[in-house]
Amino acid sequence: MITGTPKPIEEIMEMVEPYDNIILAGCHGCVTVCRVGGEKEVQVLASTLRLAREAGGRTIKIREVSLERQCDPEYVEQMRPYVGDYQAVLSIACGAGIQFLAEKFTTTPLLPGINTGFLGVTERQGEWSERCQGCGDCVLHLTGGICPVTRCAKSLFHGPCGGSVQGICEVDKSVKCGWQLIIDRLKALNQMENYTKFKPFKGWSTARDGGPRRIIREDMI
Amino acid sequence: MLPCTGRIDESLLLTAFENGADGVMVVGCLEGDCHYVSGNIRAKARVKRVYGILDRIKIGPDRIRMYNLSAGEGSKFAAYANEFVEKVRELGPSPINLVRAGQARAVSQKEAT
Ligand code: SF4
Ligand code: SF4
Repeated sequence: MITGTPKPIEEIMEMVEPYDNIILAGCHGCVTVCRVGGEKEVQVLASTLRLAREAGGRTIKIREVSLERQCDPEYVEQMRPYVGDYQAVLSIACGAGIQFLAEKFTTTPLLPGINTGFLGVTERQGEWSERCQGCGDCVLHLTGGICPVTRCAKSLFHGPCGGSVQGICEVDKSVKCGWQLIIDRLKALNQMENYTKFKPFKGWSTARDGGPRRIIREDMI
Repeated sequence: MLPCTGRIDESLLLTAFENGADGVMVVGCLEGDCHYVSGNIRAKARVKRVYGILDRIKIGPDRIRMYNLSAGEGSKFAAYANEFVEKVRELGPSPINLVRAGQARAVSQKEAT
């Protein structure tokens, strides 16, 4: 899922300062699962903003909505009949969802209520960690199911650097060396030959380096 | 009255303040005694989060408090309730109510003139 963290309330208050009548839009997708932008978070943030505003002597009207997904046009369109009645939309979906709303509703300012994080997994309630950077050319079959792009702080492709000490990455003591994890896993799987199968270099044109990406599935159009 | 404090969530507590509460007292069963295993522990975490929210928006964290007692502790409940009411009295009306009272005064003054 796409993860994120709430923006500090002070920052959100500053963003909504010019407005008295806004939509607060949540998303039932990823951000609901990581508890940052679902229906509940919409309710809590809306109450918080109304209270903070009123305590400062000014009220704010907030229409609370939660779309099934903010990254799919059919759900975004559900907002069209009423979006023009509001001065701005504060969205607590991921950056993709927020931008999609901005693209569809060109005359309404869009405000981000969360800081979008990464593509990751839930370790336990309240803890998420990164797993994939969407490089566009997956190699997990060669690396024991552990991503070298993401789990190695330097995205190395040919084994650990000199900063790997007893399984810990030099970047941070709380970070395990991705390559140590890969080698340990390959050994356990009896697949150490994969280590020598590696491509001489990884092409990054399918990753972010090639600019904003698009997927066009002719079979689906 | 809710069957379990586990039903309480942050928005419910904040709504109470929006509706004009000067303080909110959450009373749950004793820890370890929840009929639904961990309802009161969940409520405790949620109250703590609201505590943080109220602090940040300058309404004051002391306006919310959770107490735990068993259904048989009537006198303790009364003592806790008195203690909390006393505390809220000391704090005075919430900033929301002060603003609302000010606005109401302004309106009635205008009407009088
Ligand atoms: S808008 Fe973002 S958070 Fe919501 S479902 Fe789509 S990708 Fe996930
Ligand atoms: S190799 Fe690329 S696609 Fe596969 S998990 Fe890593 S970043 Fe994601």
